Amino acid sequence: MRLTCTVNGTTRQVDDVWEGESLLYVLRERMGLPGSKNACEQGECGSCTVYLDDVPVCACLVAAGQAEGREIGTVEGLAPPGELHPVQEAFLEAGAVQCGFCTPGLLVATDDLVSRSLAEGRTPTDPEIREALAGNLCRCTGYEKILDAVRLAADRMAGDARQPGGTR
Amino acid sequence: MQFLQPATWAEALEAKAAHRDAVPIAGGTDVMVGINFGRLRPALLLDLTRVADLRQWDTDDGAVRLGAGVPYARVITELGDRLPGLAMAARTIGSPQIRNRGTVGGNLATASPAGDAHPALLAAGAEVEVASVRGTRTIPVTEFYRGVKRSALADDELIAAVRITPPSGPQQYSKIGTRNAMVIAVAAFGLALHPARRAVGTGIGSAAPTPRRAPAAEEFLAGELDGLWDSRAELPAATAARFGELVAAAAAPIDDVRGTARYRVHALSVMARRALTWAWLDYRKGDPTCA
Repeated sequence: MRLTCTVNGTTRQVDDVWEGESLLYVLRERMGLPGSKNACEQGECGSCTVYLDDVPVCACLVAAGQAEGREIGTVEGLAPPGELHPVQEAFLEAGAVQCGFCTPGLLVATDDLVSRSLAEGRTPTDPEIREALAGNLCRCTGYEKILDAVRLAADRMAGDARQPGGTR
Repeated sequence: MQFLQPATWAEALEAKAAHRDAVPIAGGTDVMVGINFGRLRPALLLDLTRVADLRQWDTDDGAVRLGAGVPYARVITELGDRLPGLAMAARTIGSPQIRNRGTVGGNLATASPAGDAHPALLAAGAEVEVASVRGTRTIPVTEFYRGVKRSALADDELIAAVRITPPSGPQQYSKIGTRNAMVIAVAAFGLALHPARRAVGTGIGSAAPTPRRAPAAEEFLAGELDGLWDSRAELPAATAARFGELVAAAAAPIDDVRGTARYRVHALSVMARRALTWAWLDYRKGDPTCA
């Protein structure tokens, strides 16, 4: 079947999609967007986390056809090409990336958490960070550096939001 | 494989009548796992995510009518006050990503004994509204579960909604697993105190071939509370302990990879005793919905 949806702001159309295929397969194998990772294929690990109409979901559990006409946001779309999003910078600086397989999903989940918190005029608390990232498994870092990165990203984005011309 | 995407409820029911082997898909948190692992190859996937009616809830004659396609995340944020027991169960489910997609309707359709919503639905005395081109019928949730992953749903029917009367007293939910997130319950327990009708509701999960109530425990506790509803006096510890024993006695668990039958029975007695203790404390404080 044919699938048309918007990915990172651009309309994409692909043909010969198998009806039982996941959105994750479409993104990686048909659209050349390998940022979202394929690990557990059962929604356990969060490494395929993407935005579906602004809501973080596991792309492996979305049937391709369910994405018809929808807006998808992947890790590739967080920042313009060649640039880094503040969440990505924070993960690098905090040492929150080791093998890197879980990183794209964590970046999307973190971006969602921090954006929602800042929209309420605050930064996320530690329990909120742990809850928001509970669906993203990392087997390298022990999570402490990831928590550091989320706090760093939230503080920076809150600072940016307070600057003239910021997003608040 | 065919993929159908009805835009309306009427179209969805017609499609199910015409293709009785069609597998409905909403959040995909069960169906896509089956497809990804090659365990499920339906001739037709019936995507229900475009049926707007399914994604709404409203109140009808005092009850909440929860559309089958409302994701758990919205049960938590929009219905935490009206349906506290179900919202507590929803908070224990999977992860944010799963709660953004998974639905109570999907939990019912899968009818797994380990489904997290079931104990809360049983305790609250929920009803399942199912429909086909033949018409609509309402099934008490106690009669909905018919076996391991089998339900009372006919092959041309779809789940439209769940009807739950908001509680007149506190509700509690308890789930035990190897960790706090992303876990299939080893055992779960739901409790609802119904002071308006002097009754008690219970629900047991992951400890029998189907989710089930603990009728003897409900009767025992309703009897014990007979003199306490009005006085709101302290609940004797022995009463809570006996309630826990009776809940555990209603279970019929098996040994499996997640836990032994013996562990499940013990866990249920502890969870039921604690849930009752918490709920009664809430009741004594006089707040019916602070669960």
